[in-house]
This record gives sequence, structure tokens and C-alpha cells, in this order.
Amino acid sequence: MSGEEREDREDGRVARDRRAARAGQSARTGEGERTGQGGCEGEDHLYERLKAYEGRPAAVAGRGKDPVNLPMIRHWCEAMGDAHPAYRGPDAVAPPTMLQAWTMGGLSGHEDRSAEYGELLALLDGAGYTSVVATDCEQEYLRPLRPGDEITFDAVVESVSPRKTTKLGTGHFVTTRTDVRAGGELAGTHRFRILKYAPAGRPAKPPERPRRPRPVINRDNAGFWEGVADHRLLVQRCTACGALRFPWLPGCADCGAPGWETVEASGEGTVFSYVVMHHPPFPAFDPPYAVGLVELAEGVRIVGNVVGVPHDKVRIGMPVRLEFLRVDEELELPVFRAVEGER
Amino acid sequence: MKEGKAGGAGEAGRENAVETRATGATGARPGAVRAGDVLAPLEIPVTRTLVVAGAVASRDYQDVHHDAEAARAKGSPDVFMNILTTNGLVGRYVTDHFGPHAVLRKVAIRLGAPNHPGDTMTLTGTVAEVADGPDGTATALVRVTGANGLGHHVTGTVTVEVPR
Repeated sequence: MSGEEREDREDGRVARDRRAARAGQSARTGEGERTGQGGCEGEDHLYERLKAYEGRPAAVAGRGKDPVNLPMIRHWCEAMGDAHPAYRGPDAVAPPTMLQAWTMGGLSGHEDRSAEYGELLALLDGAGYTSVVATDCEQEYLRPLRPGDEITFDAVVESVSPRKTTKLGTGHFVTTRTDVRAGGELAGTHRFRILKYAPAGRPAKPPERPRRPRPVINRDNAGFWEGVADHRLLVQRCTACGALRFPWLPGCADCGAPGWETVEASGEGTVFSYVVMHHPPFPAFDPPYAVGLVELAEGVRIVGNVVGVPHDKVRIGMPVRLEFLRVDEELELPVFRAVEGER
Repeated sequence: MKEGKAGGAGEAGRENAVETRATGATGARPGAVRAGDVLAPLEIPVTRTLVVAGAVASRDYQDVHHDAEAARAKGSPDVFMNILTTNGLVGRYVTDHFGPHAVLRKVAIRLGAPNHPGDTMTLTGTVAEVADGPDGTATALVRVTGANGLGHHVTGTVTVEVPR
């Protein structure tokens, strides 16, 4: 149940998919048919067949392939970095979270799986939902498992969800509950939810680190960015009235004359004002960070990151010095470093 | 503001963790666990080795947990941590905090964003409730979240018995 809620939150496509599924009930066309991968079988009919497996056994009289044993416990603790003393030594117990590990089929597979559960999975495979991912695991531990304990288990299909579309793809959630016994005594229960799905048909690419937005460079400001490329911060000066201006503009705000020349800023400045960005986070940025409005020694102001000082130590009036930050292979930006000894 | 507060609570939690561990070891001071206690954050670097070692230790040979090529063919950008490893790490996080006499009673987790190699998962936890447990112990309900670069990898609750 709650798995469905999660999918709703994670991906607005679920809602669309529901509408499509409703539409499909009357028309048997549209998205339901196209994404159902079912070929000759309608999704509604498939769901009816899947639903029939609720309450049916998923595993009957399963046996753990190995009794609870110290080597598997040690391998687990090594992998998890778990140094809990109860899991070591002559009186060791197994980490409770290993509960399911003792029931796993491993490379040689699950021969304990019930025929019904096999059918359910085959039905999903046949409908194109060939991939599997686990979404929920709820374990309750009733008594510790000790080396030598022989594990037996039974499992039941608790529920099969209607078709859902998630970020991974479209499919059905299947929830099973397993009772795990040691020496015939109930030692724990394990509820497990998987999504059997057809992978979404988009190209799988390794995640790229998001990049900062690119500046928009046009003929009015190209000279500024050429300066940045040469590690020079260039300010415009009106050739008619001599007023400095920044950011770059095609005309003088004081006298309206279009002519200009450039002056290279010395790089000295002070924090005129600043903000600290906490929220919302943008993918390429790592908040909190300070953005300063820096008054350059020449008198114009420029916006840039204030670096070399914790975000909460930036102050108005703080002296800063220009430097250039290489953001990635194609972008450099002017930033302002707090001057040592002035923090 | 918010970050600042959370960081501060984390620091307090860290001190608390040390204290609780010491108490657990000696059984000297009762009643250490209280609702609202914050567990010190635990950063888990999600390495390819951890993903594979965890999958194999839990006897999970699904190819998406060890074969990047197969994972990509199934729509995932890389291999990803299996749920039993996450479960084990959440259990470890809680018993690390409560010390050697802590006994796990329940672990219930839900996965969200996958743990891919190269990411870091930061586990955080808060004691939501404390009740009397059997034999003079206390039973604490701990809410745990594991966040990675993509969002919340895991949210869940852990019920743990700790000495009073």
C-alpha cells in the first residue's frame, strides 16, 4: 500500500498512468496497450490473473542451504563494517539483519520456490516485466540465530499491486511474507516488496555531474568574457563622459553616448552587500555559499561568489581580492577571496 | 539556519553516542536513552566493493548488484546496492550507537534513490519513542534516514532493545 504512495510522490507519471489505465478500460487502446508490453493480453486481464495469487504460498517448507555459521556471519560483518561484539567469539549470534540471507538461493537458485510463485513471476516476465528491484524490507526478530541453527521457512504472497509507473519503468509490486524458523521454532518474519518492471525505454547513461549554468554571451558583453578568459576583469568607460559602468551595456547610463573603452580592474574590492544561499539547492551548487555584491576599488559593483571564508563569516565592508575560478573545462568565473587577516 | 541547527544537533548526538556506548559497556548508568535523542550521522562511502561485497555476503547474485553492463541494460546507470546491504547498514548504524548490549527487534526500511558507486550515503537517526522492554530493558523506536547525492536512499524505523 505505502509503496504505491511512494511511487505517487516520486513520479507524477503514476497519476497519468492511472488515467490512461481508466481510459483503457473503455477503449482498450492508448497508453495502456502501448506500454503494457503484453502483446495479446490486456493489462486489466493480466492484473486479475496476478491478483489471484494473493494468499497463495511463495515458498513451502524451504530449507536454508547452510545452517547458521560463523564464516557467513564474518563475511557479512566485514562487508557491513559491523564490529558489534555479539556477532563474534564463541557465543556469537548472527546479526539479526542477516535473516533473509539464510534463506537465499544463491547462484544455484531457489528450489524452494512454490510452483504458484514461479507462475506469478513467469506471468510478469511474459508481460514484459522482466526486471526486478526490491523496494521494501520489514523484518521482525523473535529470537537470535546461532551457529548450527538449521533454517526452514515458508512464504506467502501477501499482495500484488495494480500496474504502476515509476522512474525505473512500469510494472507491479509484489509483496511476500516469509516466516523463518530455526530448529522448527519461529525466529523471525520478513516482509519483502519487489517491483517487477519493464525498464523505461530511455538511454541509460552514467550520471553526469550537473554543470553550472553557462553565461549568455552576446556582442554587448563578449569583451567582458574575453577579459575573463585572459584573467582580466574589464570595466567599461564611456569615451564621452568618462563614467565607468558595469555590468557591460551598449550605452552610457549617464550621458547616453555609445562609445566606450575598457579599464582593467585592479582586483581590490570590498563586500558592499551579500546573501547566503541555503535553499533551494541547484544541482551544480553546494549550499550554503555566499554571493557578494562587491564594490571594486574603481567604484563599480559586481556580483560574485565570496570564497576563502566560511559563508557565515562574510561581512559587509570585508576586503576581498579578485581571482578566477575554473568551474569546468570551458567555464571560468571571477570570484572574490576574503583578504587574509581581515576575517 | 536550518543546516546550522542540524549540524549542532549532530555534534551533540556524537557526544551522546560516545557516552551511550560507554554506558552500554559498563552498564553503569541507567536510563540513557530518551525520545528526541539524535544519533551521530554516519557517512558510508558507496564503493563498488561495498555494493558487491554486500550483495555477495547476503547471497544476492542479481546481476544489477555486480555487473554494470547488465545494470545499464536494465535501465540503471550503474550497479546499485541491494536492499539487504542497506538493511544491514541501517542495523549496524543503530547498534553502533546503542552499544554492545543493544539487540535489534525490528528493522523496516523503504528504498528510494539507489546507492550507486561513487556516492556517499549519510545515515541520520532520531529516537522517536522509548518504552519499557522485557527484563528491565528499554525499547527504543529509532527513525533512520540515509541520504545520498540523489535524495533519500532509505527511510525506515528500527526497534532496538537497550539496557536501562
